[in-house]
Amino acid sequence: MKVINVNLSYNSDFVTQVEEESGQKLNNCYQCGKCTAGCPYTDEYDIAVSQIMRLTQTGQKDKVLNSKSLWLCASCESCTARCPNKIDVARIMDVLRHMARKEGYIGIHTIKTFWDSFLGSVKNNGRVFEVGLLANYISHTGRFWTDMGLGHKVLPKGKIHFTPSEMQGKKEVTKIFIRFKEESAKCRAREKSREISADSRSPQDEYVPELRLLSRVFKHRNLH
Amino acid sequence: MNTSLNYAYYPGCSSTGTSIEYDMSSRAVCAALDIQLNDVPDWSCCGSTPAHTVDHTLSSALSARNLDQVASMGLDSCITPCPSCLANLKTAKHRMEDAGFRDKVNNLLDKPANTQVGTKSVLQILVEDYGVENIKKKVVKPLTGRAVGAYYGCILNRPAELMQFDDREHPMAMDNIMEALGATVVAFPLKVECCGASFGIPRKDLVMRLSGKLLDTAKGIGAMALVTACPLCQMNLDMRQAQVNNANDSHHDMPIFYFTQLMGLALGLTEKELGIDKLCVSPRTVLDAMASEQSVKERAA
Amino acid sequence: MKIGVFVCHCGSNIEATVDTAAVAAAARQFPGVAFATDTMYTCSEPGQDEIVAAIKEHNLGGVVVASCTPRMHEQTFRRTVERAGLNRYLFEMANIREHVSWIGKDREANTNKSIDLVRMATEKLTHNRPLYSKKFDINKRVLVIGGGVAGIQAALDCADGGLEVVMVEKTSTIGGKMAKLDKTFPTVDCSSCILGPRMVDVAQHPNITLYAYSEIEEINGYVGNFEIKVKKKATYVDWDLCTGCGICMEKCPSKKATDFFNEGIGKTTAINIPFPQAIPKKAKIDPAFCTKLTKGKCGVCAKVCPSGCINYEMQDEFITEKVGAIVTATGFDLFDWSVYGEYGGGRYPDVITGLQYERMLSASGPTGGHIKRPSDGKEPKNIVFIQCVGSRDKSVGRPYCTGFCCMYTAKQAILTKDHLPESQSYVFYMDIRAIGKLYDEFTRRAMEEYDTKYIRGRVSMIYPKGDKLLVRGADTLMGSQVEVDADLVVLAVGAEAAAGASKLAEKLRISYDTYGFYMEGHPKLKPVETNTAGVYLAGACQGPKDIPSSVAQGSAAAAKVLGLFSKDQLESDPQVSIVDIKRCIGCGKCIKTCPYGAIKETELRGMVKADVIETICQGCGICTSTCPQGAVQLQHFTDNQILSEVNALCQF
Repeated sequence: MKVINVNLSYNSDFVTQVEEESGQKLNNCYQCGKCTAGCPYTDEYDIAVSQIMRLTQTGQKDKVLNSKSLWLCASCESCTARCPNKIDVARIMDVLRHMARKEGYIGIHTIKTFWDSFLGSVKNNGRVFEVGLLANYISHTGRFWTDMGLGHKVLPKGKIHFTPSEMQGKKEVTKIFIRFKEESAKCRAREKSREISADSRSPQDEYVPELRLLSRVFKHRNLH
Repeated sequence: MNTSLNYAYYPGCSSTGTSIEYDMSSRAVCAALDIQLNDVPDWSCCGSTPAHTVDHTLSSALSARNLDQVASMGLDSCITPCPSCLANLKTAKHRMEDAGFRDKVNNLLDKPANTQVGTKSVLQILVEDYGVENIKKKVVKPLTGRAVGAYYGCILNRPAELMQFDDREHPMAMDNIMEALGATVVAFPLKVECCGASFGIPRKDLVMRLSGKLLDTAKGIGAMALVTACPLCQMNLDMRQAQVNNANDSHHDMPIFYFTQLMGLALGLTEKELGIDKLCVSPRTVLDAMASEQSVKERAA
Repeated sequence: MKIGVFVCHCGSNIEATVDTAAVAAAARQFPGVAFATDTMYTCSEPGQDEIVAAIKEHNLGGVVVASCTPRMHEQTFRRTVERAGLNRYLFEMANIREHVSWIGKDREANTNKSIDLVRMATEKLTHNRPLYSKKFDINKRVLVIGGGVAGIQAALDCADGGLEVVMVEKTSTIGGKMAKLDKTFPTVDCSSCILGPRMVDVAQHPNITLYAYSEIEEINGYVGNFEIKVKKKATYVDWDLCTGCGICMEKCPSKKATDFFNEGIGKTTAINIPFPQAIPKKAKIDPAFCTKLTKGKCGVCAKVCPSGCINYEMQDEFITEKVGAIVTATGFDLFDWSVYGEYGGGRYPDVITGLQYERMLSASGPTGGHIKRPSDGKEPKNIVFIQCVGSRDKSVGRPYCTGFCCMYTAKQAILTKDHLPESQSYVFYMDIRAIGKLYDEFTRRAMEEYDTKYIRGRVSMIYPKGDKLLVRGADTLMGSQVEVDADLVVLAVGAEAAAGASKLAEKLRISYDTYGFYMEGHPKLKPVETNTAGVYLAGACQGPKDIPSSVAQGSAAAAKVLGLFSKDQLESDPQVSIVDIKRCIGCGKCIKTCPYGAIKETELRGMVKADVIETICQGCGICTSTCPQGAVQLQHFTDNQILSEVNALCQF
């Protein structure tokens, strides 16, 4: 096991950023483990949430942002609800995920793609279009058989629509995403000019228009 | 009884698809109780979990657009059936009380949003504004004969400081409603445990394990059905129940109702208008047993 | 008046951020100052000697010391100037430590502020007058409030020292929390075997008067002369006649009364004696459960009582006692753990408190010393102990460590193995706090010899699974979530201030902390004194404490009382209000506002005037700010003295 030099490996910028963005004080954590004790997802974590807290507290940026756990947290708030020190642990997990995303850490491909597909669907349609979202997800992951088995159960119930729900202001929603991207780019540029940001990694995924993909996935169906 | 209950109604995306029966039954129950719902005219997605995993300003901007619409309707409160929408709308309002954050969010919008409107869940207004006692008075077909467990999911009451409703560890709102409807309520110990949430597609194995545990526990305490208040919980437990059985080698056959569906039945509404036929696990046995128990009682009376 | 000024470095406490030499130099320029210097430790022997020498050498008429808070050393320096022949009130202190050096880092600003404070002190000193104490007689009786182990120790020590003791206990028996315990750590000796005889001693001691089932209604007076109103709550049993035979308990048909002594494990009868070793061993009726008292029907106890002592008409009775000192030993209560919804919040019968478990372990307890699950009476196999329930937890408003739970849990784990050799105990803990003689060895023994499995982590959730309880916690050393299938869960519930502690504090006029624990006079040097003369503390009312510490404090408080009563007379504090009869218009406002009832109406040539009873006046000064004529003046804090300080400060 690697020996960690406590003072040299302490990334104080990282600690400050997590504290600022989450509004939480990391030193309030006394490592009782109650967050890990109640975490429904801990089985799948590579690093338990209490240890994420410890690694964050000790400024171990790379190890934290590389953790798969960040992507598996479902924000169920068990940790936050029960923390004896009133730390919003779920919010810290959220913030770490934002940082990992911005700095291009890989995370868990399927989960990230699902979230991206979801937001892509919102961006294009203003509302989530479930079939389109699935199509986008499949096209990005190649997991063609995902939930295909459910089709025969759900289709006859009239729950699944093959056209997105129509709304007038969907352009407004699209603009939110566009502005968000611009703001993020500005932010990144500012950070780069200050030479705070780490080496640049792969940029954020683009959202692929779904309807084009849909025709690829469900080409045997008449969409209109 | 307050007959002037009047709210803006935010259905949420899943109401147009996988949880259409939640939307149908919520509307039907409110109509039956003279609660007026006014649709938010051009509502859009709140961003749900994916948005807040990307960025808090993006998430709040998506929610703020909707809160602004509610404000322009001239109504002072908004309700939604979905806990995830609820959490996002409430979080956006709360975070935007901070001026710095509000400016960042408004930067993403066409025009600065009015986010003064409070949001509550359909469950909360039924319990707090309409009242369980008043619901009881409206029951025409009591839900006798079968034991139901109430499952609330993880975010309906959490974080407590934000949600301001019921108990964070041991919520009772649905238990109390079910009891008022005449059902036998079994205490479900994992009321606030996570079902696997939105990982159904990217990490189905997680949902299989977590939802499997909930179904096992429900069976263990003798529940014949569960009631939920969350589209995601309901989908994981109902639509994916066969997958769960496959993955865990279990044999669950447990109907998962939206609480509004059972409410509607007790209020005398038809199965059709409550979307009972939309459920994946057939509730026939449970419903028939309730019906026969009712008729026995009626005959005895 | 020739004034001497001494500016203390307090080691580096003051000198580090205040230029004391500059302060002394500035002081030399003040009017009246004949001598000024800075010294390393003014309170030390050479420091005090320097003051004495300066007084003599420079013929000083008054002294200013600029150092720490007067609460720390005012008495010290008053004695110093007295040794040099000055009146003790011709001394002033400027606090340049707590008010200056400890709270600011700017040396220049600190130095200027210190100079201001010294200028104020010298100005006040020039207006000071010698004051002289009067002597008054004292009543050498002592009141002990609370009959737990700390109160018992204090009472017995005082009584053995020849004092008359009045003990007031809220419940119907003395013994407190210790009487509920089975065994005590780290010696595992039987609690009732060591406490029982001391309880009997209290009952039999000729110098002790015991009022059980009584509460303090009112406290008036002052050190040496307190007047206490005691409320003897109605027991509906004439205790002069009751022999404690227990026939009433056998026959009482109302068997569902809350068993407070047994912490709700089991039920008791409406008329009851809490436990066989109770002192006094007298029955009382719990009116909430007695059908005779609630519905007027029954009366069985009156019929069966061989001594005819039942009296359903009994009323609360009030008694007045005069004492000279008070020992407060009101103990603690358990935190209301039902706020922990994740532990069931009280819904699961097999999740119990450590104190309930003690009653279960006790041979004289409701289960006869057998460990049984409350739900089904079965013997548990896997027992989980959870530490820090209501301790070290900000989210429930209890950030402090109770301090004794680690030890009693280790003891309970050991006893569990003794009772049920086949059982397995698990302890979820955060840190093991075992600071005491033989304490750490004891917790090690629980692990090494009794195979108690210690798991480092908190528990997040308990829920029923079949007829077991699933305990889901963390093992932070392993770095993972862990689960235990438990038959019984015992919560180490933390201590909080006793119910009603703050109300009693107000009657005693003593202060308490955020959590309701009473404040000691000084955290190190006055551990059993309070800031009210003649009121002392013993045991857990001051903060959570184990038995050895509570007993030690009980004895310490007794020593303080015996010391106080070693004189026949006490000196009164001359810092009291005095009425200038010529200016008093007899409006009576001061009489109304005095919180101590120390001002009475008097007549002078047919005119109404106010008159201060010096022995009762506490020198609070409320009357001086009330008086529209400025006729009442608090000695040593007169209007002129305070205005001279203000003028010194606002001269620019």
